[in-house]
Amino acid sequence: MCKIEIKDLDLFYGDFQALKKVNMKIVENRITAFIGPSGCGKSTLIKTLNRMNDLVVGCHITGSVTLDGEDIYGDMDVNLLRKRVGMVFQKPNPFPMSIYDNIAYGPRTHGVRRKAMLDEVVEHSLRDAAIWEEVKDRLNNSALGLSGGQQQRLCIARALAVQPEVLLMDEPTSALDPISTGKIEELAVELKEKYTIAIVTHNMQQALRISDSTAFFLLGEVIETGETQNLFSMPQDKRTEDYITGRFG
Amino acid sequence: MKNLFDAQVEVLNRQMIEMCGMIENTLEDASDVLQKLDVKRAQEIIEGDAVIDRKEREIESLCLRMLLTRQPVAHDLRVVSSALKMITDMERIADHAADISEIVTMIQYEVVKQPAHFTAMSRTAVDMVHRAVDAYVRQDVELARVVIADDDIVDNLFVEVKQEIVDFMVKDSTRSIEGMDFLMIAKYYERIGDHATNIAEWVEYCVTGLYKGDVLR
Repeated sequence: MCKIEIKDLDLFYGDFQALKKVNMKIVENRITAFIGPSGCGKSTLIKTLNRMNDLVVGCHITGSVTLDGEDIYGDMDVNLLRKRVGMVFQKPNPFPMSIYDNIAYGPRTHGVRRKAMLDEVVEHSLRDAAIWEEVKDRLNNSALGLSGGQQQRLCIARALAVQPEVLLMDEPTSALDPISTGKIEELAVELKEKYTIAIVTHNMQQALRISDSTAFFLLGEVIETGETQNLFSMPQDKRTEDYITGRFG
Repeated sequence: MKNLFDAQVEVLNRQMIEMCGMIENTLEDASDVLQKLDVKRAQEIIEGDAVIDRKEREIESLCLRMLLTRQPVAHDLRVVSSALKMITDMERIADHAADISEIVTMIQYEVVKQPAHFTAMSRTAVDMVHRAVDAYVRQDVELARVVIADDDIVDNLFVEVKQEIVDFMVKDSTRSIEGMDFLMIAKYYERIGDHATNIAEWVEYCVTGLYKGDVLR
């Protein structure tokens, strides 16, 4: 089922058009990968999905983005939108506070006060992000003391703590070693059972390993979308083939 | 600037063409040896098979290195994977040339007459190999499809040859060893036709992405 639908989306940063007539459906309980050379608009698009571009001066969009059929640029409360559509960034960005407080931050913002309830959310989120066993005995330690890979899983746990429906990941493993990368990839595949995931990646093999469908972007346009296996074995557009085989980009 | 992978593909193509040439030569030689019952040259073909085996290993390790270091996708992956599959068939073709030569070295009797359809069959099979190789070198799908279609001709000729052999063995039981030998040789040519077909199918896959009409994933 279609979770997010993007229709005729144009996005401008001032005079510069960063996205051109993007049309795409992001399907529930699947991993959709966005690939393309730097500056092609894939991060811009992913940020559009939970209105992270609202804060960019001079940014304006036309077209529509709907979440379960509801226009996210319409009457929808932005805080509520970001609760439903969580995000994980390229560089792990834990808050300078304890592991526990990092996870409890979101639920507290949304009004959860009871200690027992928070304890449960913290454990559940850390378990879902496959990091509970590594941190359960030091929940009160600073999150900044964790390794890069652990910090990234903590950030995923923090995103999960507010029970989102969609998880956006913008190059979540580009700063991580292969072991941590493997863990995040396994995690993404497990998480798609419960969530809808969109991931920006520069790693072609990663897109192949974990995503169900892939969209290739170039100069703000979606050149080709398709089932990942098809797109990587029989790309329909020569530009896609040239990019995924490393001939440009 | 040439992509590093493209440079490796060029090396791979050169090696493949070299191996193709080797099997074409050994196959021509085996057919000639069979006509002339030349035991000395038959022995040379058998010994030469090791050279082709080494070439197969060499190409195999190049392909594995390309897979390991470049992790190719799309057409690049098809180039490497089809080469890996084709060299197995090419090596088998060379094995059969050696098998035919080995039978020649053991013939102790006067060959009265080769079965009437035998020459047509062996020529067609050898010709299939030539054209399969050509189709690979030129990445020519149409030619590959002709080779695939020709396999039926070889198969039908094999049935004819088999019947001829049965007939003369029934008439003259003293020629039964000759009959058995030629039945085996005919079978080797029939298999050579099958391997040429396989090569052509991998050429088709490499160019179009379809293997026997299906998408391989």
